[in-house]
Amino acid sequence: MSFFRGQVVKTLPSFYMKGEKLSDYIISLQGVSKEFDTKDGKVTALKDINLDIEHGDAYGIIGLSGAGKSTLVRTINLLEQPTEGRVVFDEKVLTGLKNKDLNISRRKISMIFQQFNLLMQRDAIGNVCFPLEIAGYPKEKALKKARELLEVVDLEDRANSYPSQLSGGQKQRVAIARALASDPEVILCDEATSALDPKTTRSILELLKKINEERGITLVVITHEMEVIKQLCNKVAVIENGQIVERGDVQEIFKYPKTQAARRLFLPIAENTEVDERGKISTRHRLRLVFDGRSAYEPIISRMIMELQAPVNFLYANMDVIGDQQKGQMVICLADDPVIAEKQKEFLRNADVDITEIIVDEGEEV
Amino acid sequence: MDTAVLISMLWEGLLETLYMTLIGTLVSYLLGLPIGVSLIVTGPNGIKPAPLYNKVVGFIVNVVRSVPFLILMIALMPYIRKIIGTGIGTRATTAALIVAATPFVARMVEQSLLEVEAGVIEAAQAMGASNVQIIRKVLLVEARPSLLNGAAVATITILGYSAMAGALGGGGLGSIAIRYGLHRFQPAIMWITVIVLVILVQVLQEIGVKIANKMDNRLN
Ligand SMILES: Nc1ncnc2c1ncn2[C@@H]1O[C@H](COP(=O)(O)OP(=O)(O)OP(=O)(O)O)[C@@H](O)[C@H]1O
Ligand SMILES: [Mg+2]
Repeated sequence: MSFFRGQVVKTLPSFYMKGEKLSDYIISLQGVSKEFDTKDGKVTALKDINLDIEHGDAYGIIGLSGAGKSTLVRTINLLEQPTEGRVVFDEKVLTGLKNKDLNISRRKISMIFQQFNLLMQRDAIGNVCFPLEIAGYPKEKALKKARELLEVVDLEDRANSYPSQLSGGQKQRVAIARALASDPEVILCDEATSALDPKTTRSILELLKKINEERGITLVVITHEMEVIKQLCNKVAVIENGQIVERGDVQEIFKYPKTQAARRLFLPIAENTEVDERGKISTRHRLRLVFDGRSAYEPIISRMIMELQAPVNFLYANMDVIGDQQKGQMVICLADDPVIAEKQKEFLRNADVDITEIIVDEGEEV
Repeated sequence: MDTAVLISMLWEGLLETLYMTLIGTLVSYLLGLPIGVSLIVTGPNGIKPAPLYNKVVGFIVNVVRSVPFLILMIALMPYIRKIIGTGIGTRATTAALIVAATPFVARMVEQSLLEVEAGVIEAAQAMGASNVQIIRKVLLVEARPSLLNGAAVATITILGYSAMAGALGGGGLGSIAIRYGLHRFQPAIMWITVIVLVILVQVLQEIGVKIANKMDNRLN
């Protein structure tokens, strides 16, 4: 099943056979669980998470507030120590490393945050130098590298500005330059654009995409916004109540979301019961059509209406750019008469339109 | 009293007060700063929690802080006499000041460091910074303006303590105020010392705030 493409264990090239290889992935979470002790008892934030991330992936992790996204990403660099399971990064089991060795591995896993977390008492270039200082870089070399990185993020003219003098977007650019300073294998992004306006969000996402594509740096992108996944990621995992309920290629999941959680995130509001109460439309015959940006769907639909002499209701139509592909989706409601509805479906299938029937569970929450 | 004599007496008192205050503050910081840092580091949300250490040191700090300065000074007198040979005068007062102010400074430092955002510390941890690096390059630097403001407050408090010590023969302006205001009933001289003390506090406060603001890169 193409859906699980990302999960198939690749056969190892022969030169890896010399030593035992822990994992073929840059990051591998194996049976990771996390419980927090709180005054109100135990809170289970993560339940038996297994997640493999390949070199060069832009791996999105999406879910509603409280689902466990931040906890999940924070276990990767052990800001959060898992209660169970292990974290493998670049063939090293991070869980179980001594502090000193963990700190060395952490230099290869950068992180950017929703609140930027810059040092307020250091200027932009000082912030970018910080990870280099920690790693014991000579000062001159660090400054030179920091200057180059500020150019990468288009802030060379603000090198001596302090964070308090920069806008949110500029602060996040400084944070990205800082994240790049240690030549990381991975950048973890926890809601990196959630504090920014849409335009700034787009430019930061573009910058991250460029970093992912041009430098081959793996991204782990935590977000509650579908748009971020669409623009930036090639893979996605949907997390709900501390568990990954669905995962795979972004394109695939967009086309065929399987779980309720994924559908809630990927599909437009139009398919929720709200609409059909308002429009008194049958809930049983709703279809979601997904098509390439290029394919002409409107003529097909109008031909169908004319040929079958039966109406359809348009509930939703939208064009999306996912990765570099244009994708359209439309939700329509077929005729009430089941016989005619069946004919309509038949017609669409024959016309080679990708259709998914939307089953609305009784009493399903919106 | 002869004006020249009065002035030279006040001048001497001022120097003694400054000596006690500055040495007292300096040594209290040398001792109190590391204790304050250790309280933050070992606290429940610290970078290296150590509940037992934190509780014990926190308790000692609270005990010393809750004893009023004059009573503490009286209680310490025999020990101070044993160690430095005298229980009165500026040196004995300075020793008592240090004992009283160190826990105060430790709490001031703790409060200042508490203001450093958890996210910034976390960012440093994520970069692979060691705890020592976090203390030196993040905590103490990010909290610098607040630490400096705290230092001004601490200096002023210690100045106040040193004046109080005058009641017990501690030397400095406080002694002059007590001697002339209370024992010889010359309120004019007492008021002059009060005015000098007020001016001193104002100057220290101004200097503290100026330096703190100048060193704060968030405001410019
Ligand atoms: N330090 C903590 N102590 C106790 N409970 C915690 C802690 N951190 C997270 N939790 C709990 O774990 C669960 C997952 O939280 P988490 O922050 O990972 O969610 P999230 O998906 O990132 O949400 P959001 O989108 O709101 O950031 C929540 O129930 C939260 O209350
Ligand atoms: Mg979160």
